[in-house]
Amino acid sequence: MVGIYSLQHVVDWLVPGRELFLALHVLGVACFIYIVSKRLVPLPRAQSDPRFDQPLVRMGRVFKFWLGQWKHPRYKFAGTLHLLIFAGFILLALRAFTVLIVGVSENFAMPGLSGKTGQIYDLITDYAATVVFLCMAVAAVRRLVFKPARYAVPARYGKGHTADAVFLLGLIAMLMVADSLFAASRSAGLVQQGQPAETLAAFSLPWMLQMAVGSLPLATLWGLNVGACLVHEITFYFLLCYRPFGIQFHVETSLFSIYFSKLERGTLKPVRWDVPEERLDQLKSFGVKTFEDFTWKHILDFYSCADCGRCAENCPSNAVGRPLAPRFLTVKARDYAFKHYPVIGKANNSKPLIGTVFSEDEIWSCTTCGACEEECPLLVEYIDKIVDLRRGMIDDGNVPQSLQKPLKALESRGNPYGKIEKKRADWAKTPDFQQSTKVKVLDGKNAADTLYFVDSITSYDDRMQSIGRATARILSHLGKNFGILGAAEKDSGHEVRRFGEEMLFMALRDHNTEAIKASGVQRIVTADPHAFNALKHDYEDVPPVEHISQVLAREARAGNLRFNAADNWLENRDRVYTYHDPCYLGRHNQVYDDPRDVLDSIPGLNRVEMQRSRDRSFCCGGGGLMLFYEPKEEQRMGVMRVRMAAEAGANAIVTACPFCMVNIEDAIKVAGMEGKMSVIDLTELVDQHMVCEGCPDRTQKLETATVGG
Amino acid sequence: MARIFAYIVHRSGVVDDSAAELLAAAKKIDATAVPTAILTGCGPELEAARSSLGSGFGEIWKVANTALVYPNAELARQALVRILPPGSIVLVPHDHFGIDLSPGLSIKLNSAFASDVLGIDGIEGNFLKLVRQEFGGQVSAHVRCDISSGAVINIRPGAFKPQVNVPAEGVVIDKSSEVGDLTARRRYLDTIAAEAGDVDITKHNLLVSIGRGIQEKDNVALAEELAEVLGAAVSCSRPVVDAKWMEKSRQVGSSGKTVKPKVYLACGISGAFQHLAGIKGSPFLIAINKNPKAPIFQVADVGIVDDLLEFLPELTNKAREFRGVAAK
Amino acid sequence: MEILVCARRVPDTSENEIELNTDGNDIEREELVYSVNEADNYAVEEALQIRDRVGGNVTVVTIDGEDGEEILRRELAMGANHAALVADDSFKGSDGRGIATILKAFVQKGHYGLILTGVQADDGAAQVGGMLAAMLDYPFASLVNSITLEDGKLKVSREIEGGNREMNEIDLPCVLSIQTGINEPRYVGMRGIRQVASVPIATLAASDLGVDMSAVGEAAARVKRVDYFVPASGKGAEMLHGSREENADRILELVAAKGGLK
Repeated sequence: MVGIYSLQHVVDWLVPGRELFLALHVLGVACFIYIVSKRLVPLPRAQSDPRFDQPLVRMGRVFKFWLGQWKHPRYKFAGTLHLLIFAGFILLALRAFTVLIVGVSENFAMPGLSGKTGQIYDLITDYAATVVFLCMAVAAVRRLVFKPARYAVPARYGKGHTADAVFLLGLIAMLMVADSLFAASRSAGLVQQGQPAETLAAFSLPWMLQMAVGSLPLATLWGLNVGACLVHEITFYFLLCYRPFGIQFHVETSLFSIYFSKLERGTLKPVRWDVPEERLDQLKSFGVKTFEDFTWKHILDFYSCADCGRCAENCPSNAVGRPLAPRFLTVKARDYAFKHYPVIGKANNSKPLIGTVFSEDEIWSCTTCGACEEECPLLVEYIDKIVDLRRGMIDDGNVPQSLQKPLKALESRGNPYGKIEKKRADWAKTPDFQQSTKVKVLDGKNAADTLYFVDSITSYDDRMQSIGRATARILSHLGKNFGILGAAEKDSGHEVRRFGEEMLFMALRDHNTEAIKASGVQRIVTADPHAFNALKHDYEDVPPVEHISQVLAREARAGNLRFNAADNWLENRDRVYTYHDPCYLGRHNQVYDDPRDVLDSIPGLNRVEMQRSRDRSFCCGGGGLMLFYEPKEEQRMGVMRVRMAAEAGANAIVTACPFCMVNIEDAIKVAGMEGKMSVIDLTELVDQHMVCEGCPDRTQKLETATVGG
Repeated sequence: MARIFAYIVHRSGVVDDSAAELLAAAKKIDATAVPTAILTGCGPELEAARSSLGSGFGEIWKVANTALVYPNAELARQALVRILPPGSIVLVPHDHFGIDLSPGLSIKLNSAFASDVLGIDGIEGNFLKLVRQEFGGQVSAHVRCDISSGAVINIRPGAFKPQVNVPAEGVVIDKSSEVGDLTARRRYLDTIAAEAGDVDITKHNLLVSIGRGIQEKDNVALAEELAEVLGAAVSCSRPVVDAKWMEKSRQVGSSGKTVKPKVYLACGISGAFQHLAGIKGSPFLIAINKNPKAPIFQVADVGIVDDLLEFLPELTNKAREFRGVAAK
Repeated sequence: MEILVCARRVPDTSENEIELNTDGNDIEREELVYSVNEADNYAVEEALQIRDRVGGNVTVVTIDGEDGEEILRRELAMGANHAALVADDSFKGSDGRGIATILKAFVQKGHYGLILTGVQADDGAAQVGGMLAAMLDYPFASLVNSITLEDGKLKVSREIEGGNREMNEIDLPCVLSIQTGINEPRYVGMRGIRQVASVPIATLAASDLGVDMSAVGEAAARVKRVDYFVPASGKGAEMLHGSREENADRILELVAAKGGLK
């Protein structure tokens, strides 16, 4: 690319142009560095967060999620737009730098981009600029005319963000126009002077501009050229320095938020990364109470949110009208950071966040389903932050009364219902059941190689006990040498931890870990996805754990588990089933196919998929302690889910989690859909249909455990 | 045999039902006893109360004092201490007044105190044999009370059925001058009425009453649907109000409303005394509870062991058919 | 203000099944879990809130064996300033009057402007607060469900029938018995308890307090529980054993027959 023509032709500059451009460069870069350094101030004051391990894996994720924009196509239209814009930016980067430098060094060309390569590059980027420009227009129309719901800002969160968004779109469009005009005016000028000029890409924006200005007097053309260069530079630096003041900062921070993103799913951060468990007692404060209690990565997350609203749109709490929307959690935190760590002025003292920035109900409302994290294109994390905020509230004794009772019961009795320990295995002792299936209690006298970890709800809840019995029957039929811990088992503590009671969780974890080790089992199986996730990710030093659906799928594939036809059961004849992915089996542990494979092994079983399935599954309402919490909401998550099932054409829901079962059964009643919708657990369905010589006669009344007939 | 006194609670000139119950309790202590009634207060209301007092009391001691225009237990205690002979047995209803008055009274009289008594098995030597409950009514206990220096006994409302009495003289004795001036370091200011709710449960013939067994706020709708179909009102026990699932105005019980329906459906209610105390007039009581050992089944007329959350929708459906209302 | 709360360690009814033991003379105590009496916990929370408003200290006292330390630590973790365990073998078997006598001796070793108890505990007697007040000759109010301090005067409301509230003004020092639901007690977690694990708890015996032993202990008790029993069920309810549908039908018949429908 040849530089602009001599500036002698330009007469109305007070300062020789070159110096102006240079000054702008210096000013722009200096401002940017200053602004970013002010933005970085809270990070060293925040808590530590070890994100520097596994650089290759992290780079791989940068390629997948940053360069590859992997999450964006989940929203097809916006995703495509953004992909184009992002690709455009990447491609245009070198061109933009060239135009910037040309203002100071008129013959500058990017190394490697002179000659033929340069020409090809210019052609490509002519189109890139055009595409970006068009995308800006489309995006603006989307914002102003179509107004997608997820961009809306409810009144309690302040003014809308549309004006700012459109302003930025305008600026980027202006950048494209300036760049294109620069190329167009130069080309036109050279052509007028009979000099060799690059052909601009046909029908691109630069090309069209060249058509428009081609016949203007030369002086005007040079004026336009310098003007375009100046506008380009000013706009470029304005954008550069403006971005850190809003959501566009994600342009700079996204690379880092993705590089430093969490590698493992289903895990929780410890109370403090730099404080081992043995020294936790010495901490003065647990959890996040002030802004600086967050880790530096969390603060980076607040900067990196692009305000796209995908998280909030998929958040079940938000959908039912609870006071929580993940997007605004971040927006509010970012606004707090901007206010208390301003670019101009001193950092203010930190104040408690709960009650000022966040409300208590907002933080207790989260079911930790993970839909937000699944959706976010910038890999912003939410669950760790919510848990940390809860830890802070627990530390201050600020816990809703509805949660205090089950927490106390968990402490005294090892289950949230307050039921006595020795009755934990009573589910296996009902007379009918005992005749057909013996369940070993691994109390030292008995041993087995597999532990069936039942957990509290399946042990004590009248309805869920049938899941326990179905699971035991299946394991027995499959010839597994299994046993249960019985009274020695305590609650897995999965929700105890996620509700912020870390010490109680550790007590439960240690107790269970000891019991598991003492039993000598080599593997663990459970029908409770929360227990599954806890044993897999929260516990250490325990044998490998599987969910029952994984076992079933494997056995079915191996031919060890065969099924009678679905319509052998009279009441199943007109059933159209849909599988509801439990959050802690599906999204958090990515077990989507095994349960489906099992269902599809049952001959004649009609199955449809809900629109929101797999990693887009819609939380049933939450498990563990969430069953005790009384949220302020407009409707129940379960009710919305049941309606989704009906919309998909199903009249029966299959799920693989006792908490989903509770919530969906309840919801069927509340929604008034008894008789039109039923729900059954995977284990119960398998138990009903598995071919089993030694099993009790299936035509008799077994526990069908289906609701609503 | 020590003299038996009964403290008479009255409001707006009308004697409370507990008066007859105290009389019945006195007879259980000593079948031949003719207890003395004590009424405190002042003015026409005291007179009206005295004259509405049924027969059965040998003497009626009247204590009129302007300080006692409102029954302040602190003042009443002072008055009683000045007039009660040593070694007396004093019966008081176990309500918010009796809880306030009696423990301190027993100390000032240097007498024993037995609280919330629901059964009396007579006298054995110096001891009165009583029956109480503990652990929220889950177990009963036989209790021995040493009455050699007298006793103050709080009687559980509704535990002793009023008897037909042999009329007694009912001599009115004015004890006001013996009492003298009363001063207390606790002064009554006023009474703030409970917020009137949208529904007055005291006016309904049929109540669908829910307890802890309803499990969560959203399930209250199940009871409301049933109530709507049957033309009833939904009431509740204390835990439901404490959990903020229903307004206080819906609470039936000793600290809530007193109701007199014809039929009372107790759904998921265990049957604690404080709740039952709010049900008067012996309605037909139908109890639905998951726990076959729930105390409510002792007092109900008809009982069903079932899961409330399953039974109510079924009952509602049947009720619609029953009333000829089209299902929604 | 120096506030004293009298607390008691009781079997938590929501986490226990209270049943008679095999001998039939006591409840089965083997698997009971204990905690602080619910109303006493509300009283401690109320005391803490008053202290946080007007300054002072909150002391929690219990009469128990060494197990009593458990609940004292919980209340310390909740925020109480001091805790005291009053333990002496000679206290065993005391009735309500005996307990109040011991508490009176404890109170007179200090200077408390306000003494709180819970309305009642697991035996439902609701007596210690009123007895203590009479022994100390302090004014008393029971069933208190709100407390306000205005210009050095204490205003309390009492819970009376119909959900109404009786407003009283009461002089200090006084004794109040606190009803559940007066406030929302803060949560005390395991961490809180561990943090106060090494706070010293004063343990006092009869001789430390100068208790009048004539009113204390089994021999002095004027009211004694003889046994626990479950009354032979009288007629009780007529239980319906049909299907859910049949039961529902029958209920409706009865409701109509007994005048429940308009």
